[in-house]
Amino acid sequence: MSMKRIEAVNDFVIKFANVNGSGSASANELFAKAILRMGVPVSPRNIFPSNIQGLPTWYEVRVCEQGWLGRRGGIDMMVAMNPQTWDADLAEIEPGGYLFYDSTRPLPPSKFRDDIQVIGMPLTEICNAVYSDARQRQLFKNIVYVGALSVLLEIDAAAIEKLFGEQYRGKEKLLASNVQALNLGRDFAKEHLKAPLGIRVRRSDKVGHSIFVDGNSAAALGCVYGGATVCAWYPITPSSSVAEAFQKYCGKFRVDPASGQNHFAIVQAEDEIASIGMVVGAGWNGARAFTATSGPGVSLMTEFIGLAYFAEIPVTIINVQRGGPSTGMPTRTQQADIISCAYASHGDTKHVLLFPQDPRECFDHSAAALDLADRLQTPVFVMTDLDIGMNQRLCEPFEWDEDRQYDRGKVMTAEELEAGKDFGRYKDVDGDGIPWRTLPGTHPTKGSYFTRGTTRDAYARYSERGPDYIYNVERLLLKFKTAATLVPQPVVRPAASRTPHGVIYFGSTTPAMQEALEVLTAAGIPLDAMRLRAFPFPDSVARFIDEHEAVFVVEQNRDAQMRSLLVNELGIDPARLIPVLHFDGTPITARFITRAITEHVRGGPEGLVGGRPAAVLPAIEVPGAEVAK
Amino acid sequence: MTYIAKPRLHHPTLETNKVGYTRRDYEGKISTLCAGCGHDSISAAIIQACWELDIEPHRVAKLSGIGCSSKTPDYFLGASHGFNTVHGRMPSVLTGANLANRDLLYLGVSGDGDSASIGLGQFAHAMRRGVRMAYIVENNGVYGLTKGQFSATADSGSKSKKGVVNSDSPVDLVGLALQLGATYVGRGFSGNKAQLVPLIKGAMTHGGAAFIDVISPCVAFNNHPGSTKSYDYVREHNEAVSRIDFITPRSEISAEYAPGEVVDVLQHDGSLLRLRSLHPDYDPTDRHAAMSYMQEHQARGEVVTGLLYVDPLATDLHTALNTSEQPLNSMGAAQLCPGAGVLEKLNASLR
Repeated sequence: MSMKRIEAVNDFVIKFANVNGSGSASANELFAKAILRMGVPVSPRNIFPSNIQGLPTWYEVRVCEQGWLGRRGGIDMMVAMNPQTWDADLAEIEPGGYLFYDSTRPLPPSKFRDDIQVIGMPLTEICNAVYSDARQRQLFKNIVYVGALSVLLEIDAAAIEKLFGEQYRGKEKLLASNVQALNLGRDFAKEHLKAPLGIRVRRSDKVGHSIFVDGNSAAALGCVYGGATVCAWYPITPSSSVAEAFQKYCGKFRVDPASGQNHFAIVQAEDEIASIGMVVGAGWNGARAFTATSGPGVSLMTEFIGLAYFAEIPVTIINVQRGGPSTGMPTRTQQADIISCAYASHGDTKHVLLFPQDPRECFDHSAAALDLADRLQTPVFVMTDLDIGMNQRLCEPFEWDEDRQYDRGKVMTAEELEAGKDFGRYKDVDGDGIPWRTLPGTHPTKGSYFTRGTTRDAYARYSERGPDYIYNVERLLLKFKTAATLVPQPVVRPAASRTPHGVIYFGSTTPAMQEALEVLTAAGIPLDAMRLRAFPFPDSVARFIDEHEAVFVVEQNRDAQMRSLLVNELGIDPARLIPVLHFDGTPITARFITRAITEHVRGGPEGLVGGRPAAVLPAIEVPGAEVAK
Repeated sequence: MTYIAKPRLHHPTLETNKVGYTRRDYEGKISTLCAGCGHDSISAAIIQACWELDIEPHRVAKLSGIGCSSKTPDYFLGASHGFNTVHGRMPSVLTGANLANRDLLYLGVSGDGDSASIGLGQFAHAMRRGVRMAYIVENNGVYGLTKGQFSATADSGSKSKKGVVNSDSPVDLVGLALQLGATYVGRGFSGNKAQLVPLIKGAMTHGGAAFIDVISPCVAFNNHPGSTKSYDYVREHNEAVSRIDFITPRSEISAEYAPGEVVDVLQHDGSLLRLRSLHPDYDPTDRHAAMSYMQEHQARGEVVTGLLYVDPLATDLHTALNTSEQPLNSMGAAQLCPGAGVLEKLNASLR
């Protein structure tokens, strides 16, 4: 073939198209980790259906020596292992890109493209010849293609074998059979395929001390380190693995060696209402408690969230956001619960939200949320999403200051009560809007009170008097102001030169935004950038917006929810906040942000349709997708 | 409704219990329920039971949902922390509270609307899990605070004050509790304090999920002819399976009974429930027998009361979860945080 092929070292995107339940996930992860071990940053993303077996699933790996971890967009090489999605998968390959497929069954020429490199390998035939067991044939096929790819892309076989060694330590038989399958693939590729390809991996040193972990595990670990003892949850994609990882880590680190008893309690509740109810009960009674859920769960929890806000009870909620509304896109990512969480529940309510950018911040923010919830006696949301939560991501290693103590907030002790300290459960004695509380069972005669969702006076006595009500809800506003000083503060990244343009972003948009900032700067569009890390917004956010003529607000939802929150809470003129919105369920890309901002700056507002570039990727048809809940 | 404030002063000669409290120390605020409300009698029985059990009031946490019944925790045990949660969700809040501190005694107060209608799910799952608590439903078959609508425990064919006949089948909370694994199940009548006080005492000292359905007539909306939850109806149809004497480990057992007349049930904490059988062959430790007995008698329109089932060796959710004896809410970073060294090793495993 004479077409120009893509040539790139340590800078390409490879996508694996598989069938769910075929065992491809671990082989694909092995592939990504082997490249990491060669010192080259990768960012893999699972694109999976709401299904256990049979539907299409993809694993997209961006290999990028520069360290950009956002989704790039565009596919340089497709490993097409799923006939169901063949046509769509083929269409995704960039011109000059590569197609790797199982050539056991011949396909008509019409099923191919003439502007890509095609590499066929009879994987099924090879496996059927070597393995007699049907399950082995299926599982090892995945390892065989990893072996072949290692030759085509010049991935170090020793790195893969080392990973096998770690995975199958003490299981020599499994180790040997995996190495055998790997070599089966390698030997075939060396003998029959033209290697290496124009895209390949070269050993580097850009990974450093980074760790490779998924955000849900990191959040769970943050809850362990942050001192959570009670976890109540209800299974829901994409948050279930938070509770499961909490269980795993607690089993390792929270079992008393002497008694064998648990320093934790985990309950899988009957629904999200019960989950949050248990967290409220535990928080009321002085244990650090959390739940992990996603949008539909938050919807169910809202009555309790209002109670916790109004009765002032510490609650931590990890919301791994997915595509909404309703059941929405259970296995796709969005940042679309900003408003529903910020103002969850009826009446005047406002809640603290934290926005982690990666697994490291999932760890930090989860531990911080437990402190903040106790300090502020209110619900605190950790607003992660599927992109961060369910994908392994390269990030800074976890750190913990050995001297760090838990901030248990204002809890009055039996000694203080005995000494005659005045106790008004809803009385602001410190001027920060945060009252003192007592825990049940503290003192025989002092400090008991009745907690309720109805109005009450500063001493927790039932009251329907207007002045009592106003005292209370205005104090809650003051408390929210205090919260703005305690939450993680925004991170500002100034442009190299003076610019009238700013950009605000948060959460999982971060890696794509960082890359876009570089590209935009190189293209002569410098931007001052502010990464929000929490709501309520500290004063620095309004100042940042004031300092610019126009500020782009980049987010992953249809309705520009963060922009609305900025307008609503800071009284910003909406015309100054330009929405850049990505909401098709895939993670936002640097290409998308760059194009949107460039069009606006170069072409004025008519370059955008409500902040959304006109081009939308064609949808991939998936028959009969089931509903996950 | 009582309009006169209770005097603060205690009479110096009031009797104190073994922990030094008078009965008055177990009282709460003045009830705002209607005069003659069955719920106030239940509050009085709770006060009596806790005083007689020598429980320090502050060692009890009292939780409720929403409704007339759920207001009552404000009217007893004023020195206890109380939590009036959201409608139908007391069980989950109590479960969380119990997980946080297993050393307190948990009293859950709810109503028939709260537990059988909006909160049926949470009721069921708290029973299933064996949350250690005394769960009291003050059952009057109507919504009082919203003025007399039927609740889910209203019997089919019973008539509302306005003359409407209920056509829906009733939810039988006792039957459900038995089926779902509650380890102490009783039914009382707010008009029978002699039976109710020992029933509550047994529940408060029980080692697992204890449930008591207390028929508690609503004088405002459900005490008329045609109601099956009126004082008159319940008095006429009350079938007590046994009389209960609650015997603490310290008290002497003096009464003498002929063999076969009594069933002694020794609970895990050493307390003894002596049941003087009123129905020969009724075995309160046989769950299945209790279920069929209940169904047979209810089919005849009888309101079966008393301690219907007890598993004296019951365990609770903490046993199932293998939770530490030390309450979780008393643990600090030293017990909970694995530390920086462990984190370094974890980091190394993630490269």
